[in-house]
Amino acid sequence: MSINQQIKNVQIGFKNNRVQIAVCGAFVNVNCEQHLQAVQELLSGGGRAISIVPEKLQRWDSSLLSFVYEVSLLAQSQHVELDISQLPDNLKELINLANAVDRKPTQQGSSRLGFLEKICKKTIGFLKSTGSVLGFLKEVICSIGRFISFRSVMRRIDFYAALEDCGPKALAIVSLISFLVGLILAFVGAVQLQTFGAQIYVASLVTIGMCRIMGAIMVGIIMAGRTGSSYAATIGTMQVNEELDALQTMGLSKTDFLVLPRMLALILAMPILTMLSDVMGMIGGAFVGIMLIGVPYQEYWKYAFEAFTLKNFLVGIFHGFCFGFIISLCGCYSGLTCGRNADSVGLATTKSVVCAIVWMIVMTGIITVICQELGL
Amino acid sequence: MSEQIKIDVKDLTVGYGDYVLLHDATYQVNSGDIFIIMGGSGCGKSSMLRVLTGLLPPKKGQVSVCGVDLTDASDEDMQTIRRKSGILYQSGALFSSMTLAENIALPLQQYTDYSPAMIRDLAKLKLALVGLKGFDDFYPSEISGGMKKRAGLARALALDPDIVYFDEPSAGLDPISSRNLDDLIVELNRSLGTTIVVVTHELASIFAIGNNSIFLDAASKTILARGDPKELLKNPPNEEVYEFLTRGEKK
Repeated sequence: MSINQQIKNVQIGFKNNRVQIAVCGAFVNVNCEQHLQAVQELLSGGGRAISIVPEKLQRWDSSLLSFVYEVSLLAQSQHVELDISQLPDNLKELINLANAVDRKPTQQGSSRLGFLEKICKKTIGFLKSTGSVLGFLKEVICSIGRFISFRSVMRRIDFYAALEDCGPKALAIVSLISFLVGLILAFVGAVQLQTFGAQIYVASLVTIGMCRIMGAIMVGIIMAGRTGSSYAATIGTMQVNEELDALQTMGLSKTDFLVLPRMLALILAMPILTMLSDVMGMIGGAFVGIMLIGVPYQEYWKYAFEAFTLKNFLVGIFHGFCFGFIISLCGCYSGLTCGRNADSVGLATTKSVVCAIVWMIVMTGIITVICQELGL
Repeated sequence: MSEQIKIDVKDLTVGYGDYVLLHDATYQVNSGDIFIIMGGSGCGKSSMLRVLTGLLPPKKGQVSVCGVDLTDASDEDMQTIRRKSGILYQSGALFSSMTLAENIALPLQQYTDYSPAMIRDLAKLKLALVGLKGFDDFYPSEISGGMKKRAGLARALALDPDIVYFDEPSAGLDPISSRNLDDLIVELNRSLGTTIVVVTHELASIFAIGNNSIFLDAASKTILARGDPKELLKNPPNEEVYEFLTRGEKK
């Protein structure tokens, strides 16, 4: 709406210390900010009362309602009299409804924090969450202890369901991604090695890369996104549906009942998936080496098997085992600490994936250093 | 504490973090009561229930359930209390990965030495008691909201508890299902002598089943009235209680 039209909709006058506002015509989609400012200025210039009157007012929408409401708030804050008696009855009723305070907020809304306050809050939050994670870790260890001593309340059927979900059902995606990673690794390596005429070593590069670390990392990333997030979402939804409360009030251990079957299944499945990933990566590398670069079939596999050592293989499998523990821990912890609304479930799944990936990288660094020290 | 008093609450303050929801709450629930915790939205009814069931620690005060002080109860004491209590949550809170029979069997497996066949029979019986005969192998996703609540009630009754807590039992139910659930609550109270604590703001349910109650007020954060809801309606102690019990009529 043009400014001229807006001016036509509101006419403001000042007479005998009274601000007179006339609302006119079709009062639809009118931006009243400037009029409110004008009223405020007149009040600070000595206005003692406000009256709002209709003048050939045809139809109106919430913009008029909002304008009158804002003026009424202004009048209240400035302790001046407001007269809206001539306005249409339904409009007055709506204004009365808006002014009828049912209940004042009992909680303070979120306020802006100072820099120091923010740092303190973050630090306290970090310490609290560290304590909570350590507490959870302790619970999980106790739960594993109960499992070993046959005192756990874990249901076998839950374990089998979790194993099926993170084992057979994950084979296709792990195979595809690992094949493609092997393929990419071979392609990138071959381009560089070809410049030295050493393209035959693509086989060694892919085999060592996949078996020692890449296979486990790729499986870890896939499973963090696929299974870890699913753990967080499932347990988080149980929180929303009060199922976790029900477990607690029944005196059943949440870690025994929910965490243990998932964790055991993933710890068991990850090394097997890592082996699969190693094999598929090597096949992907062979595809590039034999079909695209032209390395003879027998030569390629000869070099590949020469590069394949038990040491590298076991380091990769150990990575897989550790990643299984980390992913299930992050997924289940995020689910158990989830809030009680839909937003929180989304947040919990995101948190589980991010935490799992970060901790997997940290763990890779730690294992690498340990292997270096042990000469593995 | 007398045998007659099942729940004894003294100077209880309920809240989250620094925020106080309710303070200085003192009341008792007698054995065999159908006790209503009522009040408007946000007054702390469900939080009060969380305190009574040990899910939320009180900020201050004392809560004794079946003679055990929840504020300094050992793990063993808490297990005893849990064995004696059943809870029906607003949504039923059934475990979606289990059939109805498995849901009901869960507390029985945890707390009793019954054989699997006996547990199965007991689960069937409890489902039949709440009108779900033949639904043993159904999953929660395959039944209606009202049936979920009934199944949740069957699970709450699995261990023949002394006290059953209901969190908004009528929420989300049509008037007939709601009435049927109310009848079931009264029947259980009458036939089993179970003490029942119901958190609700449904007036029809309050008057139909309640014989004792407290009214929580969000503005003053205190208990504004105690007693039989029908008596409170006849002789309302204050404006707030009258307004609540008459759906907003002014005195």
